[in-house]
Amino acid sequence: MMTDPEFALLLARIQFAFTVSFHFMFPAFSIGLASYLAVLEGLWLKTKNDLYLDLYKYWRKIFAITFAMGVVSGIVMSYQFGTNWSVFSDKAGDVIGPLMAYEVLTAFFLEAGFLGVMLFGMDKVGKKLHYFATLMVAIGTFISAFWILSVNSWMQTPTGHEIDALGRFIPGESWTTIIFNPSFPYRLVHTVMAAYLTTAFVVGAVAAWHLLRDKMDLRARKMFSMAMWMAAIVAPLQIFAGDLHGLNSLEHQPAKVMAMEGHYDSHPNGAPLILFGIPNSEEKRVDYKIEIPKASSLILKHDLNAPLDGLDTIDDDKEPPVGIVFWSSRIMVAVGFAMLAIGMWSLFARFRKKLYEWTLLHRAALIMGPSGFVAVLAGWITTEVGRQPYTVYGLLTTADSASPLDAPAVAASLIAFVVVYFIMFGAGTLYILRLMNKSVTGDEKTAQSGPIRSAGITPASNRTITSHTGEAS
Amino acid sequence: MIDLTIIWAFIIAFAVFMYVVMDGFDLGIGILFPALQPGAERDKAMNSVAPVWDGNETWLVLGGGGLLAAFPLAYSIILPAIYPPIIAMLLGLVFRGVAFEARWRDPKHMSFWDFTFTSGSIIAAFSQGVTLGALLQGVQVSGRAYAGGWLDWLSPYSILTGLGVTIGYALLGATWLIYKTDGPVQDHSYRLAAKLAPATIVSLAAVSIYTPFLENEYWDRWFTMPNILFSAQVPLITGIIIFALYRALKKRHELAPFLLTLGLFLLGMIGLGISMFPYVVPDTITIWDAAAGESSLIFMLIGTIITVPFILGYTAWAYWVFRGKVSDEGYH
Ligand code: HDD
Ligand code: HEM
Ligand code: HEM
Repeated sequence: MMTDPEFALLLARIQFAFTVSFHFMFPAFSIGLASYLAVLEGLWLKTKNDLYLDLYKYWRKIFAITFAMGVVSGIVMSYQFGTNWSVFSDKAGDVIGPLMAYEVLTAFFLEAGFLGVMLFGMDKVGKKLHYFATLMVAIGTFISAFWILSVNSWMQTPTGHEIDALGRFIPGESWTTIIFNPSFPYRLVHTVMAAYLTTAFVVGAVAAWHLLRDKMDLRARKMFSMAMWMAAIVAPLQIFAGDLHGLNSLEHQPAKVMAMEGHYDSHPNGAPLILFGIPNSEEKRVDYKIEIPKASSLILKHDLNAPLDGLDTIDDDKEPPVGIVFWSSRIMVAVGFAMLAIGMWSLFARFRKKLYEWTLLHRAALIMGPSGFVAVLAGWITTEVGRQPYTVYGLLTTADSASPLDAPAVAASLIAFVVVYFIMFGAGTLYILRLMNKSVTGDEKTAQSGPIRSAGITPASNRTITSHTGEAS
Repeated sequence: MIDLTIIWAFIIAFAVFMYVVMDGFDLGIGILFPALQPGAERDKAMNSVAPVWDGNETWLVLGGGGLLAAFPLAYSIILPAIYPPIIAMLLGLVFRGVAFEARWRDPKHMSFWDFTFTSGSIIAAFSQGVTLGALLQGVQVSGRAYAGGWLDWLSPYSILTGLGVTIGYALLGATWLIYKTDGPVQDHSYRLAAKLAPATIVSLAAVSIYTPFLENEYWDRWFTMPNILFSAQVPLITGIIIFALYRALKKRHELAPFLLTLGLFLLGMIGLGISMFPYVVPDTITIWDAAAGESSLIFMLIGTIITVPFILGYTAWAYWVFRGKVSDEGYH
């Protein structure tokens, strides 16, 4: 039987995983989308081609909803460190607190400060100034990723700190050693590219959806082409970065990589790559496995016969849960290769001059629309679950991080989060899908002459107010 | 020697005050929503904050994040102590944030989104007030952790502060609408403010009378010599502000009611400071007990000094871009 504190801990972990997974869905999309918007507006200013402006306005509405959901789910995260992980906050606050404070000061204010102008201010400030606002929002999302990933990476591979008499982490000589800890560069590159890929595949799917209806839709063609360039260029880079990330983890968090590989046993002369199988932690073996001999040593050590340690070298109570990590990492890698395949296919289609005609490609791109979210979640689950049983790797366990809360309190909050998130963010997502279902129309004004009420994009603009109140001047 | 800890206490207080100033009217508008006509009035009210609400809420993140960074011990004792109201506040903000966008997307369900907007705003405001009360009435601490139960925060006092903050935010919202609108909406806001102002004053008075009777050293701080010479100024100035607010509403000044209401909140903050300083957790943890190490405080101070002027600058610019009355005929 679980004791009350153990149960409270389990609930707190589920709650954190649930809320952070929801939160990250929004930035994963909005980091990429903000940059995409900046590119579209820049192209519009440069070429004076209004097609780019139409695309900009179309995606801006979707961005506004995504961003709002990202903000409110993010505020939840920043308070949960205190509500549910208070011992962790006390112990690590000196180190991670300042980094998160920098995130607020340099990123959140920047995004929020310029967001209003970006969304509602096009007629109020000049074109250049408006473009500047878009750029600031895009840069803000990147800075945000920078700091929060630095925090997370420090928790994965802590460096640059000292431990005081009370067991608290305090900053050592230099902050740069803390910020640029060993896994940070890899995590930053891999996650930001993940956000770009996520966005590219969403844009590609929306474009494909409209191309499947009308192959001559010029705006859909433009979107599709842009998205497929991103896929073709970034997918291979992402796989390359992922490989480097894995090598880095092998160095700093070997147990995580052993769990990803499903290596219960050490292999003194060349470890096999297990493609599929069912990890069986009781018997400490992978059942029904399909494996390629020595391939794992080749990937991880670049040598067929290199020895690789397995989980038998790690104490049982210091191992991460193998099953979850094994599967989530495979899902991510599978999606990565599927993305690569689409990218290459699109290059081939371009070469054959069939990019806008190849229905099968469009169908495939449509199906791949949500793939970025799947990979991103799977990747984070690999990372976070693979770090267990620690919050600060090797130094502070998850069990020792939790708040002294009663189980009923956490149970109630967990239920409330699940219900509210599904209803609220479900509704928001539904509205996003509805917007995506509409094709990109040309001139704003023609778009408004339809059923006016549903066309309200910009609450603060005069036109919309009139349309909502019906008091047209 | 300048004391970094005191500087940081002021920075956090500043962030909290900025939050109350900016998100107060913004939440207030949500609280007032049921009193406004569905359709035009509500559209206008929401439009008056649509471009800025996100920036306003960021001060809350700075307040919370700053507390974690500068006073980690306080953060890790206070938040578990007020777990239910904090979670409620966060969920209230989720309701609101989604309603801001969804309301315009789905006219068919506008009344549903108006409802979520209002309930989210009320829940958030009330929880913030409860949090304040729960903190003032004291928190059980053992060692470096919260030692009470999960419903300790619930008391007549914290309910009273919850109501007080909700009513006060509603007044901020009404006076903001007076400033940002004209015509029927403005008239309506004047009428609302005329009712909310006395309600705010009554709740302020009730909280002020109740506080010294909590089992803390508040009584001594307010009512013994020589403290009383200083602390007596607070009710005095409050009285003057109340008088000025009453006149400003009567003479239909447009900006003054909002600023005077802010003045009331500022005095509330100062009163809070008198009661609490230098404790962050009454009677147990002082700001020096809770403060992060010097290295962390200096590192953040540098960032704060560099960025905050920019933040204030572009925030002011954003407000300036959307200056003037929100109206259906455009910005005059
Ligand atoms: C579109 C998203 C996406 C795609 C296609 C991939 N990844 Fe990934 N991966 C992420 C998105 C992601 C992520 C969400 O960004 C993670 C979670 C934390 C992190 O640092 O990046 C991640 C983590 C992550 C980790 C765990 C690092 C650690 O915490 O120790 C490894 C080893 C890889 N990835 C490797 C790969 C490989 C070899 C891929 C090639 C197919 C790959 N990823 C595709
Ligand atoms: C970059 C910022 C992040 C930080 C600072 C962070 C921090 C944490 C902390 C403190 C825990 C608590 C330990 C625990 O519950 O086991 C945790 C757990 C977890 N996080 Fe993260 N996290 C971050 C991002 C993410 C993201 C983006 C996701 C997923 C999309 C994620 C998924 C999880 C999961 C699944 C757990 C639970 C692991 C388990 O309990 O086995 N994290 N993380
Ligand atoms: C536990 C971890 C996390 C915490 C505590 C956290 C905190 C927050 C907070 C408080 C906000 C709202 C900011 C505002 O008021 O404007 C926010 C939004 C945001 N966060 Fe997170 N965050 C976490 C994980 C992440 C990760 C892993 C990323 C990206 C790599 C990320 C990127 C963003 C971005 C780009 C925004 C802006 C809103 C949006 O784009 O949807 N966050 N986050």
